[in-house]
Amino acid sequence: MDCIIIDDEKMARVVLKTLCNEINSLHLVEEFPNAIEAMKFLNDNKVDLIFLDIHMPAFSGLDFIKTLKSPPKIILTTSDPQFAIEAFEYDFIVDYLLKPITATRFQKAIHKAEKFELASADPSPVVTAKTLVSKDIDNDFYINIDRRLIKIDLPSIYLVEAKGDYIKIKTEEKEYTVHSTLKKIEEKLPDALFLKVHRSYIINLKKIIDIEDNSVLIKRDVIPVSRSKRPELMKRLDLL
Amino acid sequence: MQETPNLNYVNQLARGDEAIKNELITVIKTEFPEEKEDYYKSVKEQEFKKIEENVHRLKHKISILGLEKSYKIANEFEHNLREHSLEKQQDFEKILIAITNYIETI
Repeated sequence: MDCIIIDDEKMARVVLKTLCNEINSLHLVEEFPNAIEAMKFLNDNKVDLIFLDIHMPAFSGLDFIKTLKSPPKIILTTSDPQFAIEAFEYDFIVDYLLKPITATRFQKAIHKAEKFELASADPSPVVTAKTLVSKDIDNDFYINIDRRLIKIDLPSIYLVEAKGDYIKIKTEEKEYTVHSTLKKIEEKLPDALFLKVHRSYIINLKKIIDIEDNSVLIKRDVIPVSRSKRPELMKRLDLL
Repeated sequence: MQETPNLNYVNQLARGDEAIKNELITVIKTEFPEEKEDYYKSVKEQEFKKIEENVHRLKHKISILGLEKSYKIANEFEHNLREHSLEKQQDFEKILIAITNYIETI
């Protein structure tokens, strides 16, 4: 994969260059201290992958992303995961790396990028970056509350409930109220574990205690199941 | 016990390659004093947005030098700056002094 690095900090570029050199399948074409220079380069050149720092003065990584007409895969690099959340709205974001980047974590991100490439080349299954990254059961899930990012272990979520403009996320340990929609969180949750059983509820299938005609018991919550969702629920339970 | 800067991360990255290690150390020794100077300039001008950007850049050096507790302090300071508060400034500047002293030895 031909790649470029965009980071205003030289140290970060040297670290990434060193890590790129360790991977045979990566070919570092160029590195840029700002997004403007990279944009000029991309007008005449094509790359497969961009390592992009989010937090840059004047023209941020997010501003840069918005200018891309046919974006390649992007791996975000940041010292602050808070800035990565917004970027995950984009399907071509493969992963984000928290600085200081370790070799092991870097290799994992490249592996994701390679898998993404294979998925894109195969016309039958449509696999988006979001699916690879956010729907991975092993991945942590971050929610933004009062400008703080809180990490949630995906399997610990047992219920997500829509509450107007908010959603309530219930985990084994705690409950969180987040300004978001059920649709958005549904996109991030792994299908293997979660199912939307009602227009206001997503449940973790592994946490079901019992099922009655039109409801399921999860922990102490009795959750209604839509008539239209019941067949799928029963089918999924057979698979467990 | 106060933590001390170290080259553990640099050594892990270089994997015994002295040329890489030297390149990384050279960048730290060049970039850190520049970033520190920018920081003090912004503090003098009381430009919160600029101070925040300076701290953000310095944070990476702090983490690269293995200063985990200091990194948390820098993070808190950066967040405070967003609220136009200088809380943690003194603690942050102690970290800068510790790094300044350390990089003279490497």
